[in-house]
Amino acid sequence: MKKKSLLLLILGLVMSMFLVACGGDDTSDSDNSGNDGGSDTEQDDSGNDDSTSGDAEQVLNLMEGSQIPTMDSVMATDAVAFQWLNETMEGLYRLDENTTPVPAIADGDPVVSEDGTEWTVTLREDAVWSNGDPVTAHDFVFAWRRAVNPETGSEYGPFMMNGVVKNAEAISNGEAEKEELGIEATSDYELKITLEKPVPYFHSLLTFGTYLPQNEAFVTEMGSDYALNSENLLYNGPFILTEWNPTGENANQWTLVKNDDYWDKDNVKLENINVSIVKETSTGVNLYNTGEVDRAGLSAEYVAQYAGTEDYRTLGEAVLFYLKFNHDNEFLSNVNVRKAISMTIGKQGLVDVILANGSLVSNGAVPSSFTSHPDTGEDFREINGDLIVEDKEAAKEYWATALEELGTDTVELGYLGGDSEVAQEMDSYIKNQLEGNLDGLTVEVTSVPFEERISRDENSEYDIQNSGWGPDYLDPSTWLNMWTSDSPYMTMNYNNEEYDTLIHEANNELITDLTARYDNFLEAEKVLMDDAAIAPLYQRSRAYLWRPSVKGVISNPMGADFTYKYAFIE
Amino acid sequence: MGKYIAKRAGYMLITLFIIATFSFILMKLLPGSPLTAEQKVTAAQRAIIEAKYGLDQPILIQYFKYIGNLVQGDLGVSFQLKNQPVTKILMAGVPVSAQLGIWALFIGTFFGMLLGLLASIKHNTVFDYGANIISVLGISIPSFIFAGLLQYFVGVKLGWLPIAFWGTPQQMIMPIISLSIFPMAISSRFLRTEMIEVLGSDYMVTAKAKGVSNFALVFKHALRNALIPLITVMGPMAVSLMTGTLVIEQIFSVPGLGEQFTRGVLTNDYSIIMGTTLFFAFFFILVILIIDLLYGIVDPRIRLSGGED
Repeated sequence: MKKKSLLLLILGLVMSMFLVACGGDDTSDSDNSGNDGGSDTEQDDSGNDDSTSGDAEQVLNLMEGSQIPTMDSVMATDAVAFQWLNETMEGLYRLDENTTPVPAIADGDPVVSEDGTEWTVTLREDAVWSNGDPVTAHDFVFAWRRAVNPETGSEYGPFMMNGVVKNAEAISNGEAEKEELGIEATSDYELKITLEKPVPYFHSLLTFGTYLPQNEAFVTEMGSDYALNSENLLYNGPFILTEWNPTGENANQWTLVKNDDYWDKDNVKLENINVSIVKETSTGVNLYNTGEVDRAGLSAEYVAQYAGTEDYRTLGEAVLFYLKFNHDNEFLSNVNVRKAISMTIGKQGLVDVILANGSLVSNGAVPSSFTSHPDTGEDFREINGDLIVEDKEAAKEYWATALEELGTDTVELGYLGGDSEVAQEMDSYIKNQLEGNLDGLTVEVTSVPFEERISRDENSEYDIQNSGWGPDYLDPSTWLNMWTSDSPYMTMNYNNEEYDTLIHEANNELITDLTARYDNFLEAEKVLMDDAAIAPLYQRSRAYLWRPSVKGVISNPMGADFTYKYAFIE
Repeated sequence: MGKYIAKRAGYMLITLFIIATFSFILMKLLPGSPLTAEQKVTAAQRAIIEAKYGLDQPILIQYFKYIGNLVQGDLGVSFQLKNQPVTKILMAGVPVSAQLGIWALFIGTFFGMLLGLLASIKHNTVFDYGANIISVLGISIPSFIFAGLLQYFVGVKLGWLPIAFWGTPQQMIMPIISLSIFPMAISSRFLRTEMIEVLGSDYMVTAKAKGVSNFALVFKHALRNALIPLITVMGPMAVSLMTGTLVIEQIFSVPGLGEQFTRGVLTNDYSIIMGTTLFFAFFFILVILIIDLLYGIVDPRIRLSGGED
């Protein structure tokens, strides 16, 4: 019996070898007979991709860095979720290529009351859900109430609606009933939205994923199973999501199919978008080079290799990175210390050498190509110009003055940074710049994971922190509100009355006077930079390999990164 | 035997319970919360959401609730993949990772044994040196480097195999090979050393003198004795494969458990962390049990009948 067991073991091992051997043969054979023959779904995609040369099949093959966390629009919080919601769902408005909200489910621009607090939106009557139900005003009422209802547990619902839609804050704090939310369906196709106060950027907010409609009957029927996979969803957007199931057999891939019931289907040219989750940059590049995907994000080490090729593209984003100073620190409370630090960092070297992906040097607190002046149309950044630029000599002078004022010749500062490879490289570069130019300064860099950094940030446990922010709506306030002393995001103990007043005015008294309001923001940024309250570093770009035949993809500064509705393969 | 297994199963439960407790404590020590938009959610809103999930209660109460649910087989829902039940997430990832890991283990040990046997029989010949070089390379080259090279040359340059993803046999070949290199190298080293020792021992000489054929000598007498240390390293090897799958899965975009585990830890997805940790722990304990049983099969001296200790 013992012999038999041993024999079995060995036999098993031998058999496994044959199985492998066969498997190996299979592929090399099938490969000769044609790449598509041997394997199924994924290879089909690559087959489609050959189209670049000829008749241009309207199929786009993309990669995503992670699983879609949720397709429930009121629960969505991240770029991946908003991306695929944007393709498969449609709200009242959609951002066009100039970042202007254009009517989607809405039938024309909103009618705004004189005081700016009542918005009336008429809906188009030909929009339908993928089960045939018409998209009505009630679907918006249901979804918005759901978003702020504390029982839903949404993070972005209160974040996007509190202080904007009437009573949202009270409801999300459990102090009012969800029926009291400032949205009402006056008929099946007319919405009356009441705001807490006039919100000049509300039009752009209406394009955001959290403001999407949901079909009440369907969501209620599905209960806790709603949106768990592509079957448990209804769609009203340009595409329908299929084969998406995070707990299914092929969780790493899904497909979007053109929605033939979409009201604007004539403008949708793509038939299919195939998406695969690929986390490794090198794998993505390999897939791009074999034609299996049409776009691959590049990390710094690949940029040198591909920069200048026809496929190389960089896309600027409205994401800013900067150093936050803890103004309670005995040294950092001195404005000359902050000025010295913020002017001594070689920002050009940082974006050229360390990031090397087309990122831009940032010399302010609001990014470029984000919002423009309501009268002149000039970009915010262009008007205010470069407020804190690299100037090593001036920095040295500020530093000398600071040391004198502080009565010391050695300054030790902690520096909190991220733990990714690029972040660590960047932080040690900045440390070198600071210690090399400012005599007597010692910088102690601590690299921690994101969660840890956020938790230390909240408790103001840092001297200097390398931090970043992405916008949530199209208005300078998405960048400037957080630096007021009473902002919930104020962790660096910065307190400037003048700044607070300017921002407070812009958000209250001046809220309907768009020009004066914008001027206040411009002025506020100057105050902030005069104080060197933060040290601007760079505005992020991303480098891609991008199939030149793919056209018409819109990139958005807020919400979904891209819009594929108008994309096509040439 | 049955009694022994029952007893071991009992120990297994206790071990799992201890592991659950410790990982729960460690997890609660992690900074941050399982919220996904932490940077943007205000403290007041966060308190409301945490209360909804019972995260505002004292840790001890959270712990008892967790263990209570665990006993009923309820691992909760993921915070990150909103509302997705953890059991379903695990059930989707486990078969894939298991397929990858078990194939790699079998193929690795099989070829490793083959290599080791060859090296020991042809001791101090070209075969031996060749096998030696292969196994040294296999141990010293990290699997992710090997995977990257394989992917580039076989997938991109030669175009023989699909670069990534999982499902078809073709797609499985490169991940499995990359992962099997380490167990192959280890088992070949161990088997070679043991075989040389056993083959040189007195009873081998006796057997040979008695006229036992070479084949019987190697496969019937020597190999069985040489297998014991190999089985001992199978345990740690299986564990290293589990961590290896995390890396290999990422490189080849395999939808296994690895993604869940790393994402769980990085995003404080409490229920996913607990689910995957317990699963890995369970798997490891199971492997140890299987190995103990294998000892008995291979070596009658350590056969476990009553389980007196």
